[in-house]
Amino acid sequence: MSDTKKSFLIINRKAPYGCSAARDALDVALTISVFEQPLSLLFMDDAVLQLLPAQNPAGIGQKNLSANLAMLEMYDIDQLHVCSEALQQRGLRAEDIELNINLLDRSGIATLIKQHDQVLSF
Amino acid sequence: MIFSIVVTGAPYSSQAADSALRYCKSLLKLEHQIHRIFFYADGVHNASELAVPPQDETNIPSEWAQLAEQHKLDMVVCIAAAVRRGVLDENEAGRYEKNSHNLTPPFVLSGLGQLVEAGIVSDRVVTFGA
Repeated sequence: MSDTKKSFLIINRKAPYGCSAARDALDVALTISVFEQPLSLLFMDDAVLQLLPAQNPAGIGQKNLSANLAMLEMYDIDQLHVCSEALQQRGLRAEDIELNINLLDRSGIATLIKQHDQVLSF
Repeated sequence: MIFSIVVTGAPYSSQAADSALRYCKSLLKLEHQIHRIFFYADGVHNASELAVPPQDETNIPSEWAQLAEQHKLDMVVCIAAAVRRGVLDENEAGRYEKNSHNLTPPFVLSGLGQLVEAGIVSDRVVTFGA
């Protein structure tokens, strides 16, 4: 393990199923936490759908992602930021998400990106 | 400046791989340092020795291999993403009892820790995705 710390921001943009991006991002998030680096997650565009409860992807032969997302807190990944515009566009409210989230508008997102050393997008 | 590059797009499917290759060449021309190039998700196909593009198209896997040989670059392919998609080195082929393997040297298979380490060590990490 390295002594140096870098803050990481993972930007999620894709829906939970249909491509591997959501799972790939989650695997990277867990690895970053194993390396004990500060980490925040940002959900934009269709990625806000990753946060919805009661997902049931068994019918399309996929593993359920929401259980893993609930696990994030156990890994001390508690910085979950959500693009408020993306929620609105999809007719969702913050209350629909059963995780502890922080809503951000466009300028808030810009500030968040600026605050991190490394940004990885999926 | 120290850079690391992440490639998540397969060659010939998206522009990601080709752009990443050009970006790396520019970095080297400008005398920046590339700590690591990490191939993740569909990006693992960049490491396939069995890709045979038409002769009038760029052979992206072999371009990567040449660039890495020339500049002693560390090119790491995510092992979980790779074995899932059928990109194996000799070791993994043996482990999973497959009778062939297709990872182009000098690409190597390793874990996601290599991506995180690259983020810690580098000034910038630039992702090329599909």
